[in-house]
Amino acid sequence: MGKKLLIQNDKVGGIHTLEVYKQHGGYASVEKALKTMTPEAIVEEVKKSGLRGRGGAGFPTGMKWSFLAKPEGVARYLVCNADESEPGTFKDRYLMEKIPHALIEGMITSSFALGAKTSYIYIRGEYFYVARILETAIEEAYAAGYLGKNILGTGYSLDLSVQVGAGAYICGEETALLESLEGKRGNPRIKPPFPAIAGLYGCPTVVNNVETIAAVVPIVMMGGDEYAKIGIGKSTGTKLISASGHINNPGVYEIELGLPVEEFIYSNEYCGGIWKNKKMKAVVAGGSSVPILPTELILKTAKGEPRLMSYESLSDGGFATGSMLGSGGFIVYDEDTSIPMNLYTFNRFYHHESCGQCSPCREGTGWMEKVAHRIVEGHGKATDIDLLWDIQKRIEGNTICPLGDAAAWPVASAIRHFRHEFEALIPKTAVAH
Amino acid sequence: MSTSTNIKFSDASMAEIQKIISRYPEGKHKSALIPILHIAQAEFDGWLSAETMDLVAATLKIQPVEVYEVASFYSMFHLAPVGNCVFDVCRTSSCWARGADDIIAHIGKKLGIKPGETTSDGMFTLKAVECLGSCGSAPMLQCGASYHENLTPEKVDALIESYRAAGKRRSYTDRDYKNTL
Repeated sequence: MGKKLLIQNDKVGGIHTLEVYKQHGGYASVEKALKTMTPEAIVEEVKKSGLRGRGGAGFPTGMKWSFLAKPEGVARYLVCNADESEPGTFKDRYLMEKIPHALIEGMITSSFALGAKTSYIYIRGEYFYVARILETAIEEAYAAGYLGKNILGTGYSLDLSVQVGAGAYICGEETALLESLEGKRGNPRIKPPFPAIAGLYGCPTVVNNVETIAAVVPIVMMGGDEYAKIGIGKSTGTKLISASGHINNPGVYEIELGLPVEEFIYSNEYCGGIWKNKKMKAVVAGGSSVPILPTELILKTAKGEPRLMSYESLSDGGFATGSMLGSGGFIVYDEDTSIPMNLYTFNRFYHHESCGQCSPCREGTGWMEKVAHRIVEGHGKATDIDLLWDIQKRIEGNTICPLGDAAAWPVASAIRHFRHEFEALIPKTAVAH
Repeated sequence: MSTSTNIKFSDASMAEIQKIISRYPEGKHKSALIPILHIAQAEFDGWLSAETMDLVAATLKIQPVEVYEVASFYSMFHLAPVGNCVFDVCRTSSCWARGADDIIAHIGKKLGIKPGETTSDGMFTLKAVECLGSCGSAPMLQCGASYHENLTPEKVDALIESYRAAGKRRSYTDRDYKNTL
């Protein structure tokens, strides 16, 4: 059983209340950070911890924090990205719903480290009921003196509120999120400038994922060096994995990074194997955007080494034979799954979610959906597989934000590893044009 | 400035709107737009008419076009009338893999409508939507603020009956959500 640092108390009755949360050690990091540490010292611990952004990109959090500009007399903001919309990902929802104070505690400690006096949790609109849970918890935290003016008599003041979105995957991209938080359409901004220089209202801003911010709590409590001992190599700490698809035990699991993929899929402690005694065909390991891998490549790397649940191991082999840890949205498909049909659901998703700003993405996602649709409907053309490949290639790297890449990679990987399934759907009588 | 409208927010909504506006720095009240659109949609028949959006513009002292362009961007805002209960049924990968298409077909057959349509009594609208973050308890649907997960045709039948019996409009802003697993 691996170490748990985030959701170890998820089954404790009443853990969503401040009282029970405190009985289990809650808010100790606020006491420790605000009373005994300087903001710089906290940033240093986060750097030492090796914590990497848990939303999907895996960028070192301490480094992101150290980029934050600190001009005199200008407000700084911490914005929590709770927009969780990557298909296959539901870990943040679980954390916020079960243990809302874990996020609030992380927000207070992190805001203090960054010198933010106003912070926001931007949550996807569909999670309205989770926003209500967070709001209740925030009210409790204000009443207990953990939020508001002069927190715990330390002189530090912080206001925290929840901002609800309204249905747009793109708002999980940090600059689109900031646009949305400013009351606009969620169109990503051209970078630079990065949010660390000009973010919310043009002020220096850090945007971090829910799980990233929650992880700051154990890092402050145990120290960055101790946290870095957990996990494997540059994949330090624990990670929440959202497991779904054709497995016996779908759900959210906290794993120590470095756990073998095979153990994660087949152990009864985690996914519990494939449902209905079937065999596994493929896995999307890190949310819809990352390359899908066939069974042999998800269990072992091309070099024949066991594949591990870590940033490095999952990406071993590049996109030719590897994938990414991404958001930890782990979707398992059984032997009966149609990979082209599954891809079509992704094509439809990205077409719906493209903001329309960049033409390769706006036009390309719709085109890919159309082509994939006629393939799965059984009236694809002989040239359609190459056409799909060509379209995704022309989207990748040619858009303002990563949604273009996210739409392209599932197409490329599905064709790379399962081309025969697409070919089987093209009528033998189909002509080239 | 916005055109005059014949509708106005209830006192309770106005109090909530003022509270929301107070969360942002001076002069940044436009940040309240999306939260206020949610309140407006819930208060005025479940959708955003031009008149409702003009009221939001007037309330926030911004141009109506600033409201229209935002309302039309986000998929949770309805720009045409919808039924009292909108069933948002997820159909993306994990839900698809565990039978979302069958659930959509079942609801459609039961209610006699296709995705995108509303029953003639104005009670239900069926929508096929993209990932709602409920992949581990697929298939699922959202109605108002409530998540209904691990759906089967039998569970769907019971849901339809209970929503029909309650007979009230459900909104994303509902505080009396009732999730089912």
